Amino acid sequence: MLTDLILSFFITTMNVVLISLITLGVIGAVAAIILFVVAKKFHVFEDPRIDEVEAALPAANCGGCGFPGCRGFADACVKSDELGDLFCPVGGNDTMAKVAAILGKTAVAQAPKVAVVRCDGTCEHRPRYNEYDGVKHCFIAHNLYSGETNCSWGCLGFGDCELSCEFDAIKVNPVTMIPEVDDDKCTACGACVRACPKLLIELRKKGPKGRRIYVGCRNEDKGHITKKACDVGCIGCAKCFKVCPHEAITVGNNLAFINDEACKLCRKCVEVCPTNAIKEINFPPRKVKEEEAVAAE
Amino acid sequence: MKTFRIGGIHPAENKFAAGKKIITAALPGQVVIPLAHYIGTPADPVVKRGDIVKVGQIIGQASGFISANVHSSVSGKVVKLDVQLDASGYKRPAVFIEVDGDEWLETIDRNPEIKRECTLSKQEIIEKIKAAGIVGLGGATFPAHVKLMPPPGKKAEVLIINAVECESYLTCDHQLMMEHGEEILIGVTILMKALEVNRAIIGVENNKKDAIQLLKKLAADYKGIEVEALKVRYPQGGEKQLIDALIRRQVPSGRIPVEVGAVVQNVATTYAIYEAVQKNKPMVERVMTITGKDAPNPGNYRVRLGTYLSNVVEEAGGVPEGTGKIVGGGPMMGRSLMNLNIPMAKGSSGVVFIRDAEAIRKPVQNCIRCTKCVTVCPMGLEPYLLMAQSERNMWTEMEANRTMDCLECGSCSYTCPSNRPLLDYIRFGKSTVGGIIRSRTAK
Amino acid sequence: MEKLIISPAPHIHSGDSVSKNMYGVVIAMVPALLASLYFFGLGALIVTLTAVAASVLFEFLIQKYILKGPVTILDGSAAVTGLLLAFNLPSNLPLWMIIVGALVAIGVAKMSFGGLGNNPFNPALVGRVFLLISFPVEMTTWPVVDPLATTYLDAETGATVLGILKEGSASLPAVSDMIVGNIPGSLGEVSAIALLVGLGYMLIRKIITWHIPVSILLTVAVFTGILYLADPATYASPLVHLFSGGLMLGAIFMATDYVTSPMTFRGMWIYGVGIGLLTVIIRTWGAYPEGVSFAILIMNGFTPIINFYVKPKRFGEKPKKA
Repeated sequence: MLTDLILSFFITTMNVVLISLITLGVIGAVAAIILFVVAKKFHVFEDPRIDEVEAALPAANCGGCGFPGCRGFADACVKSDELGDLFCPVGGNDTMAKVAAILGKTAVAQAPKVAVVRCDGTCEHRPRYNEYDGVKHCFIAHNLYSGETNCSWGCLGFGDCELSCEFDAIKVNPVTMIPEVDDDKCTACGACVRACPKLLIELRKKGPKGRRIYVGCRNEDKGHITKKACDVGCIGCAKCFKVCPHEAITVGNNLAFINDEACKLCRKCVEVCPTNAIKEINFPPRKVKEEEAVAAE
Repeated sequence: MKTFRIGGIHPAENKFAAGKKIITAALPGQVVIPLAHYIGTPADPVVKRGDIVKVGQIIGQASGFISANVHSSVSGKVVKLDVQLDASGYKRPAVFIEVDGDEWLETIDRNPEIKRECTLSKQEIIEKIKAAGIVGLGGATFPAHVKLMPPPGKKAEVLIINAVECESYLTCDHQLMMEHGEEILIGVTILMKALEVNRAIIGVENNKKDAIQLLKKLAADYKGIEVEALKVRYPQGGEKQLIDALIRRQVPSGRIPVEVGAVVQNVATTYAIYEAVQKNKPMVERVMTITGKDAPNPGNYRVRLGTYLSNVVEEAGGVPEGTGKIVGGGPMMGRSLMNLNIPMAKGSSGVVFIRDAEAIRKPVQNCIRCTKCVTVCPMGLEPYLLMAQSERNMWTEMEANRTMDCLECGSCSYTCPSNRPLLDYIRFGKSTVGGIIRSRTAK
Repeated sequence: MEKLIISPAPHIHSGDSVSKNMYGVVIAMVPALLASLYFFGLGALIVTLTAVAASVLFEFLIQKYILKGPVTILDGSAAVTGLLLAFNLPSNLPLWMIIVGALVAIGVAKMSFGGLGNNPFNPALVGRVFLLISFPVEMTTWPVVDPLATTYLDAETGATVLGILKEGSASLPAVSDMIVGNIPGSLGEVSAIALLVGLGYMLIRKIITWHIPVSILLTVAVFTGILYLADPATYASPLVHLFSGGLMLGAIFMATDYVTSPMTFRGMWIYGVGIGLLTVIIRTWGAYPEGVSFAILIMNGFTPIINFYVKPKRFGEKPKKA
């Protein structure tokens, strides 16, 4: 009697268990088939190398390469025949060598670049005549007027470049109100170049030991107007053009420009510049010539 | 009383120079005539250094469709062609002329007698207006003749004369109506002829009761000209707002007024058109208001183009003590000037001195979502939202929220209890979105 | 000035400010406050002072010591929250409960979202609803009207109009008593006439627009009117609904809170109609006798969606043809 009861209970339980098992099993099988078919039918082939290349990239997603994020760049690298123009400014030559190794292509080595601010209109060099009282945003100020000083080309100092930088590499110096670039942090991604409404920032060759020479001015006004507005503005006198032995300097629109490809860093132009508009960075201090030392005494 | 139907504010009027007779300002020693206007391409100079010019002689040829001729406003010698800081805040090309006597071109009729008959054809009128270099004198300086040539297929039904002068402080249009009402009405008939319309409405805000009365009396002699008093409300002088107020038609987004059958001209422009067509006088001078709460001698001055503002201000008693900001134009839409060594241009409707205390903006607070900016926006936009989107660079969303409709009247910033710079950011967004749209259509 | 100032237009400002608006609301609440002081005496005074002081103090402490940012207690927003909270409480509530309510209102509902302008729900209402759910007995024991009473905690208590409606226990007071405020209830909600005076003041000063209060009151009147016409025996007349409970207080001061109400006139209508409908539904068929607080909080939750979909009437927009 008791065993019967136990048995019948067992059979009922078994039934329940069996039914559930079978139902679930069938549902599972059908779902699996659907998933399998769909996965096969709608399979998108993605080159596995894209993942590999992406892994080799610095994952900054800064857009400095001109593609939307690192994956976009990886995709472009895999698809193109030559790496040629494709270059990751953040990773530099090392990263590109890795990418080239993965893809079996050759990367064109590029000289490392760095952002330079072509304005030195500090409060000392460029007197301020007005006070701006709008939103502290370069673009808005630029739309309104030329600046607090007499120079309509120079830095406004509200730090759109600082906001745009993902690497914390460019900062507006609160004393001079001019942005300064940290060579070590700057990856030359070009975000600040696009952010500056005055087009002051340029990517230039970093140079050996970070040494570089550039014209720290963008003022295309005539010399006398520039001179009045700023102590260190380029007046377009072309002295540097005449002295340059490497034909690296061009003068146009009352403004000199040094081509960083041709420049051999001889520093002759720096010496002749009457307004100190040409900047030299990371050079050892000059030896003071003897005559000058005597004269100084 | 009529007014536009959406939004609007009513700032303190402060029309200190109302009823002051127009004073002809003294000839300066040198003028600097800008070749560029607020909008449009700069004119090409047709004089060179050392040339002797007379008043009314052309010195800059219009280049491009939206551009206007520039004439010498004085007689004398061209000293140089150079750049000059102007009201735009930038250095732009200008002609520097040293004044020598006051010799006018012989073709210009300087007889003050009113000349009523105009026998010219529609085309001749437009050509004359174009040659005289007349631009919209309300401040936007859009060439006047362009508006008289509606795009093919469009036909104007009614001419609207903008005499509302809705900006506080400014009184130059008011005084012009009081002293030259007859000439203005003849100008209106000329414009009606050029547009081939037989109806014109002059919209005047009700704070100029004397001008309304005078114009109504004079208009009785002319066929088809109505004078309409409007409720005082800013920005009634906006083209779209004025059309809405007067004929109850709203210009759709991104369209021009002639698509609803209206053409709007400013009252000062109408006067200039009268002078150009009937007297052969090109755009060489205009009336401007020098005013401010502390201005020693607020008044309306007839000034030659290219006169340094400092000269006129000197004549009006100088810059008052404690001036923190000098505005060129009205306080709502005018531009703050960097200094007074700025030449008077065609669009300069006034100089307003703002006191120190009012010049500095108060600290910005959180948006409390009080809806006041939405309530006052005359275009039915949401300034609080557009500002937030502009701050976050959400350009697509800004375009969808019709930021391009904004007419930059400043009602939102004016009314914001939290002193938020709404318009600054919206303008920023507008220029960015405008660039995106242009690059898209260029493709 | 030494240097001329350059800034984008406009160059003048209306002179309006956050604090002007907030103190305007405070002034608009004064008639209702005076009425409650008259009807409930000492208790009303103690509750109001405690709620305002606690709200301002908590805002100060949080801004100064937790956020370590600028302290903005003088802009009046905390005082408004405190006053509104007090208006929603019975005048015999123990002090410590009021302080807890103020802490929830300021600390949880306002400051944790980023302070003034960022809170999704009306802080005073969050405080009240928190108290109502946590201490249902104390929050629904209202003292009877006792002009210029000097008792505080041990006042004699009675049922509110809506309580009577729900329970059906006693006969309703006269509508004229409801309008004047001669009925038991939360201290700020009883006098409809004093609240309407406040509304008039705010409309004249242009602190708020008429859309929200009118749409709420209209919806309640119409909805309860339909119910009343259908079955006068079961449902109370619209007059009773309009002048009883927290409807006036809610429609005039709580729902019109800047931060938590929609930004467009069309949106305000949707919001107001929603509050009106929810209020009547909760009052008539819900478990609670009063539903204004819940209705407003629910519609506060919908405000972002309303703002997203409902745009103001654009200039030049063609009316949609059917």
